[in-house]
Amino acid sequence: MANFTLNINGKQQTVDVDPATPMLWVLRDHLNLVGTKYGCGIAQCGACTIHLGDVAMRSCMLPVSQVGNQAVTTIEGLSENGDHPVQQAWLEHDVAQCGYCQSGQIMNAAALLKANPKPSDAEIEGAMNGNICRCATYVRIKAAIKTAAG
Amino acid sequence: MTTSNSRRTFLKNSVLASGGMVIGVNWLTGCKNASSEAALTMPKEWFNFNAYLKIGENGVVTIFTPNPEFGQNVMTSMPMVVAEELDVDWRNVLVEMAPFDAVKYPPAIFGQFTGGSRGIMSKWEPLRNAGAAARHMLKEAAAQAWQVPASEITTSAGVLKHEKSGKSAGYGEMAAAAAKIPVPVKPTLKEIKDFKLISQSQKNVRGKEIVTGKPMFGVDYKVDGMLIAMIAQPPAFGMKLKTFDGSAAKAMPGIKDVFSIKTYNDGYEKGGFDVNAFPELVAIVGNSTWEVMQAKKALTIEWEPIAAYSETVNGWGGKQVVNVPAGLENSDDHAAKMAALAAKPGRVVRRNGDPEAAFKKAAKVIERSYSCPYLAHNCMEPMNFFADVKGDKVKVAGPLQIPGFIEPTLAARMGIPVENIEIEMTRMGGGFGRRSYSHYLVEAALISQKMNAPVKLMYTREDDMTNGVYRPAYHAVYRAALDENNNLLAFHVKAGGIPESPLHADRFPAGAIDNYLAEDWKIESNITIGAFRAPRSNFIAGAEQSFLDELAEAMGKDPIEFRLELLKRAKENPVGERNDYDAARYAGVLELVRDKSGWGKTPVAAGVSRGVAAYFCHASYAAHVLDLTMENGKPVVQKVTSAIDCGIVVNPDAAANMTEGAVTDGIGNALYGEMTFKAGAAEKANFDKYRMIRMSEAPKAIDVHFVKNEIAPTGMGEPPFPPIFGALANALYKATGKRVYRQPFLGEREVMG
Repeated sequence: MANFTLNINGKQQTVDVDPATPMLWVLRDHLNLVGTKYGCGIAQCGACTIHLGDVAMRSCMLPVSQVGNQAVTTIEGLSENGDHPVQQAWLEHDVAQCGYCQSGQIMNAAALLKANPKPSDAEIEGAMNGNICRCATYVRIKAAIKTAAG
Repeated sequence: MTTSNSRRTFLKNSVLASGGMVIGVNWLTGCKNASSEAALTMPKEWFNFNAYLKIGENGVVTIFTPNPEFGQNVMTSMPMVVAEELDVDWRNVLVEMAPFDAVKYPPAIFGQFTGGSRGIMSKWEPLRNAGAAARHMLKEAAAQAWQVPASEITTSAGVLKHEKSGKSAGYGEMAAAAAKIPVPVKPTLKEIKDFKLISQSQKNVRGKEIVTGKPMFGVDYKVDGMLIAMIAQPPAFGMKLKTFDGSAAKAMPGIKDVFSIKTYNDGYEKGGFDVNAFPELVAIVGNSTWEVMQAKKALTIEWEPIAAYSETVNGWGGKQVVNVPAGLENSDDHAAKMAALAAKPGRVVRRNGDPEAAFKKAAKVIERSYSCPYLAHNCMEPMNFFADVKGDKVKVAGPLQIPGFIEPTLAARMGIPVENIEIEMTRMGGGFGRRSYSHYLVEAALISQKMNAPVKLMYTREDDMTNGVYRPAYHAVYRAALDENNNLLAFHVKAGGIPESPLHADRFPAGAIDNYLAEDWKIESNITIGAFRAPRSNFIAGAEQSFLDELAEAMGKDPIEFRLELLKRAKENPVGERNDYDAARYAGVLELVRDKSGWGKTPVAAGVSRGVAAYFCHASYAAHVLDLTMENGKPVVQKVTSAIDCGIVVNPDAAANMTEGAVTDGIGNALYGEMTFKAGAAEKANFDKYRMIRMSEAPKAIDVHFVKNEIAPTGMGEPPFPPIFGALANALYKATGKRVYRQPFLGEREVMG
């Protein structure tokens, strides 16, 4: 066990955990930030996507010891009032069915648009291919990303 | 109008805080209105009208959704039906998930059953009656207060009005008095033409919570002092626990205990949904998920083969003896066994005319075989449940589709009466049938009981995928007899599977062909199977619709025209008496999809190949036209045009979303979906091996159309799923010149051929 001080959603938070603990479980079990979801544990489904700096990361395989003081953003911290353009576009297109994967989809899409504000269809597909939606709302996810891109 | 006595209790708004507390946040998120746009002022007092709604003194209405939500959007559509008949402003409505209550939501209305596309279908009348009854009571209360005839009072958007006297009042003002009015047994319902809310698309009432990551799923459930549990299960079907040594695991950091649990009492007569291959498990309990995951790896467990056994299962079809063979099964053996049985005569389920004689005199016989593998449900949220057992009281909360079917199992196993069981249904991260089999709820309760503490049981993805209640492997042989002029003389289907047949003998094209024979067969297995989005239909539709396409081609007919000709026969002069579909509605979706896709009229763009298919299941009708191109040997679905007849569509945009999902899900499973077994073990345990459809493989566009009619709603979640398999197969044939007979059409391969 060891202490780690993390910069999460703009707040300093200290946790005492095994250094190998993935950020996913630090967020969910220790910091009560449960918007980040467990889906596979092997970085194959994208449900656990968070931002490290501006980059989308799969938190299920990211040991807490590797995070250091990099800024971590989770779905809870993406915007103050749930009004990030990607979140708004998700509501406009009423994307969700079960909704379980959507935190990860939104975090991945937000990182994509930060890096590439006007992605082509192929670029959207390429960036989003790591995020599984079992309800298969892909058509709406893509439409929402295009709306958010303006 | 007749009346009955009602419970006239009213509750203080403390009800709002009675849900499980999660991380200090109100689990019920009860302060947002139905349109998810703004907060409502909470009333000081609530007045209960019935199992579906209560009204506050300030006019705010809470509507309870009886059925658990797994993405079919009943949290929005069911309250819409109540709100319509209540005649209340949708912006003044709060929505809550009702807890499990077998008295309020009895089996006669299908209880609180999410499955079989029965949600809106089974609750349409109860939901309408609930809203209409409350509206009636409000009008009666106003009539008494104003001393005017109730028949002269009108309602609109939550306001009662008496035109002649100029009197008006909000629902909230009359709620206290109205809640004391006797409940009408058969309240007057609105005319369908007067609907204002139904058929007007409303946004998902939980949309904002979803996009902001609010706790709402079973995995998010948390209470103070809660422990995390995981289970270790046999590595293969046909195996069971022999001995285990948990001492090394128990010595690891954060681990509280390691022990075994037995999900059923010896001799317990299972219900039809007590499907469970692994009734004895090793449980590991500790402080946090990661610690328990690590400790699980340190368990030493010895497994042993099961012996063959028989058990009586008391399911829907009555009591049935199920034989479970011993042995470690292999997918290769399954395929060989299915082919062998398919070559033998089956059990005749339906016969019309003299099919044997017709085949004998045929000028041409077309025979084709189709097969599909097992499928894993792979809900994004793995199986999990919260349990808090205190003495003879049990509180459980989590994702499940049919609380009413697990409650007796839980009560029997814990040895406590059902009155002492509280079941809370959380939003499910997908279901697709898998969460109808909620053995994990009992497991969680047993672990909590042993620990004497609240526990959340978590399955890993690997546990979830390898302890499946899979879609079975199926096989079907279709034969058609043609005369020298290519007229259809006879039709024969023989279908089976492991361990059940996918045959629906009385569906189309039964009823449309004079000489018709349907047979089935099955093979026993110890691999557990269960409902998977449109059970049986999800295979047989694709096989049948592929065969009809091939048949139409052999007969020199357009595939839609061919189907319409058969349906005309079925409508005007049906063969046999047990035809369980409405030929006119079936033809209706084919005509609609033909028109909307421009089938046969609009020239198809260069390089685009089209396929069509239609199907009837869950009381609804669906047809798809699928356009694809081949790019470097890969099929790219450019567009799917869908026509659905599910009666009145309560929330059209949400129904379109579900259709889009069903279409994409179907394409994914048709192209890639496959679970295989070797020595009893599921060979794929996670998404690195189990291929799921991803965004780049989804259709580029899906255009959904609904038949407009005034038929009470029929199924919606499942019907669009089965026929897409056929539409894809038929388009692939057009594109490649080769018919596909075996699912998955691509599997792990990247290119066709």
